[in-house]
Amino acid sequence: MAQIHLEVVTPTGPVVSDDVDLVTAPGVGGEFGVLANHAPFLSTIKTGTLSFKKDKNTKYLMVSGGFSEVSNNKITFLVESAEFGHEIDVDRALRARERAEKRLAQAQSQSEKINRARAEAALKRALARLRTAELAKQ
Amino acid sequence: MPGLKDVKDKIDGVSKTSQITQAMNMVASAKLRGAQEKMESFRPYSAKFAEAMGDLSSGMEGADLPLMEVREVKSVEIVAVTSDRGLCGSFNAHIISTVHKLIKQYEDEGKKVSIVTVGNKAFQGLRRTGKIRTSYKDIMGNFQMFNAREISQGISEAFIKGESDQVDLIYGKFHSVAVQKPEVEQLLPIKPVEKGEEAEEQKSAVSGAYIYEPEPGEIMEVLLPLFLNVQIYHAMLEVGASEHAARMTAMDNATNACKDMIAELTQLYNKARQAAITGELMDIVGGAEALKG
Repeated sequence: MAQIHLEVVTPTGPVVSDDVDLVTAPGVGGEFGVLANHAPFLSTIKTGTLSFKKDKNTKYLMVSGGFSEVSNNKITFLVESAEFGHEIDVDRALRARERAEKRLAQAQSQSEKINRARAEAALKRALARLRTAELAKQ
Repeated sequence: MPGLKDVKDKIDGVSKTSQITQAMNMVASAKLRGAQEKMESFRPYSAKFAEAMGDLSSGMEGADLPLMEVREVKSVEIVAVTSDRGLCGSFNAHIISTVHKLIKQYEDEGKKVSIVTVGNKAFQGLRRTGKIRTSYKDIMGNFQMFNAREISQGISEAFIKGESDQVDLIYGKFHSVAVQKPEVEQLLPIKPVEKGEEAEEQKSAVSGAYIYEPEPGEIMEVLLPLFLNVQIYHAMLEVGASEHAARMTAMDNATNACKDMIAELTQLYNKARQAAITGELMDIVGGAEALKG
């Protein structure tokens, strides 16, 4: 099967650089899949789970905030953070979720809009981590 | 003539100081390596980011993007990035004096100035201007992307609200281990990336075929804040590396100065010792002569 070259790059360095069969990513307009020889494509990425399949093995990555570009049979993800599902610290994510929920509850008023947006983002990240860890276990 | 013991004590003191400066030099050089690695691993990300920004922003002239909005400049915000700690020569002092110059220049033009400081030294050096809007302290030791995001969010909120019409970034750029200079860049409004003709031709050959999701304008709305994060993170990385390089040089100079001082003091000590011996000899000879008489 034809393969596409996948690269995941974060500010702390490249995380993945590999030829894979299929990439599924959380685009802003919904999840999308990319196979080999996809047309040139550019999309923003929201916090969620990125998965890629190679030789019938699927791997999961938690990604947050960035974008992806497809050109010349190569897909590049530029994201602020990326973690493999099996590397995620579930306890920490659980604690982060609790903390974010508490903050959200406290920051309901309109004047705390900024805090609320931050808490929401933190909550999304925690949830994405938990889901990714869950998927990686299966 | 100082007493023998005084000189001896001073030599001991100076040699202890030189041990400390030497140790600090070694610590700084180890940390510099770490900081440079951090810069190195950031490079692919920032390069790719700039490329994508260039591709997108050329078709964006008419778009209504708050972070690119050019207004008449009435108030300027200056973001100064320095290290948290001192003992690194004139590195921070240079940055702070550049900020002072900029403040004066803007105020002469009749613009209002506010300051955001990153790093303890910037806060200490600029506190007296009374213009500091926000300060971020104790973060240069071990910072990550989310620290940069927090800073850039604060800046862009003020810009969008119209509290500032222009934002400048000042940081100590790492040119080499021996050279670090203050660098001034305009952060906001974000300028469209200029491209050479060659790239333009290449682009027209490819870009038509790109599928954007969502629309390019909306992508830019997500990308611009990220771009701001990237720039601030980059400045922090540069300052991190510069700080350690500057400290290495400063501590090397200090160690050399200590060595010189020890050499001088040792000479003084030997002279004093010789003088004491000569004095004693004179006494003995004098005493012997007296007995003969």
